Amino acid sequence: MSFYKTIRILDDRYLLDMVESTTTWEIEALVNQKKIDEKGFLKLLSPAGSRSLEKMAQKSRKESLNHFGKAILLYSPIYISNYCVNRCIYCNFNHENNIDRKILDKEEIRKEGEAVRETGVQHILILTGESRTHTPVSYIEDALDVLVPIFSSVVLEVYPLKEDEYRRLIKAGADGVTIYQETYDETVYDKVHLAGPKKDYAFRLDAPERSLKAGARTISLGVLLGLADWRLDLFKLGLHAKYLSDRYPDAEIGLSLPRIKKIGTSETARVDYQSVSDRDFVQMMCALRLFLPFCTINISTRESSDFREKLIPIGINKMSGGVSTEVGGYATNKNGCNQFEISDHSSVEDVMAMIEKAGYQPIMKDWMTL
Amino acid sequence: MLEIGGVKLKSRLLTGTGKYASNELIPKVLESTGSQVITMAVRRVDLSRPMQNLLNYIPKGIQLLPNTSGAKTADEAARIARLARAMGCGNWIKIEVIRDNKYLLPDNIETIRATRILAKEGFVVLPYMSPDLMAAKALVDAGAATVMPLGSPIGSNRGIRTEELIRIIIDQINIPVIVDAGIGTPSEAAFAMEMGADAVLVNTAIATAEDPVKMGRAFSLAVEAGRMAYEVGAGRILVQGEASSPLTGFLEA
Repeated sequence: MSFYKTIRILDDRYLLDMVESTTTWEIEALVNQKKIDEKGFLKLLSPAGSRSLEKMAQKSRKESLNHFGKAILLYSPIYISNYCVNRCIYCNFNHENNIDRKILDKEEIRKEGEAVRETGVQHILILTGESRTHTPVSYIEDALDVLVPIFSSVVLEVYPLKEDEYRRLIKAGADGVTIYQETYDETVYDKVHLAGPKKDYAFRLDAPERSLKAGARTISLGVLLGLADWRLDLFKLGLHAKYLSDRYPDAEIGLSLPRIKKIGTSETARVDYQSVSDRDFVQMMCALRLFLPFCTINISTRESSDFREKLIPIGINKMSGGVSTEVGGYATNKNGCNQFEISDHSSVEDVMAMIEKAGYQPIMKDWMTL
Repeated sequence: MLEIGGVKLKSRLLTGTGKYASNELIPKVLESTGSQVITMAVRRVDLSRPMQNLLNYIPKGIQLLPNTSGAKTADEAARIARLARAMGCGNWIKIEVIRDNKYLLPDNIETIRATRILAKEGFVVLPYMSPDLMAAKALVDAGAATVMPLGSPIGSNRGIRTEELIRIIIDQINIPVIVDAGIGTPSEAAFAMEMGADAVLVNTAIATAEDPVKMGRAFSLAVEAGRMAYEVGAGRILVQGEASSPLTGFLEA
């Protein structure tokens, strides 16, 4: 049974009722428990949880220290193409947008890789838009060919693939896969993905499992906060991670909580984004940590440097640094189109200094190609 | 004196390198603990940047114990071990083969296989294991230099929850037994040593303490005290008072 079949039977109304009826007393009891089950996790996401946030944060800190210590891994994304056949209302790479489209060749990819490696970063994500014509699996394979020898870990953040395609790219040296469902709300999902293969909710939803079947060492899941009700989305994100960790206990599971960034295209104006406050964000982080203490939590440069610094002691594991979200943004083409606006423009060195200032150790290498 | 792989060790406290706020704490903790063996994840060893390379923070004369953290199979562990040797980390290897990311419990079967492969290649093999007597015996046969049963899951700071199983291993296995993982407080380290463990490995409890240097010293004293008590032989523990002899007292009358 796939995860799609697992979450289809959930009744959102029932879940929201349970969230609403949670008491502060229940939260305090949950925080003192050794293990939190699915129901407890849902309750931690409640308004009552928000009122007991300091207690949740204290517990989150403790769990994070025990599991991961005072160490934070740095990584950078490398965009290698922005050709895309999808029309996602929240993304600048939207097919309808009239932007400079670019696809890096092997030599340009090498230059990007070397520029990133120069900053000291050894863990990278490679990103493309979704276009099987412009960036087929063989193209991604070529990119891995160039980048795997340069880095300690190369993770794919590309369109959802079939199991044998994942297997092929893992064989080519990919260490893992990052793929965000954006929202678990199938109705909203359909509304914000106007056209293109990304409209297939179930194919995307079960991509993480396909990648693990194909032998991925790491998998990162996430929701784009602001598209739908964050409590329901977070709950389902947690269930997704739990589902995968129960079936693939050896996988390293990462979680991301990107908050949506307004972009200036006409299609984005069509939707009212739900606001997600800093307090909500911290509550999500803590609830995830208490429910899944062994999962890594990743904070991107969508968040400001100041906010990221304050999250460190609560327990985060990965941070990006020195980020460019444009194709060729590190070496070749510094005036291209960003996928989204980032908030933290700090260099890798700045991010390292910030981590050290918080009393933590920046880690640049935490794996190697075997 | 404790001897592992032909190396004589005065200190029975092994320490780690992960989870510290800064690599600069490592030499200080080594000094305060007197620890002579330190483990590090090969996955974290970074030869490309001297500032990042934790090997540069470990003083000469300290025995390096690279570990295979991240390995899911015996073959991956073997590859990591060879990589460690090629990096100049010596021929000691702590085998960690873990296929369960939730509790980080070792896979004894793959661990035995990795031990056999690496012992044949001349490594001094220290395998991290779930405390199972038959597995411990298989590790001895496979050429392990020690066995390292866990007290409770890595990083859990829950103490020696596997006490009875470890007691049996200490009793039945004639290579050094090092209790690894789960020790959260100095009293628990002392307890393991009083049980007759040959050494303990402590990382999380020291590395994540507010003052790792001082906590390291506390652990070192506890390990020494526990060992001393074990050597002397702790006094009997009496379940009830002994003043009267309710069953045989009439014989004295």
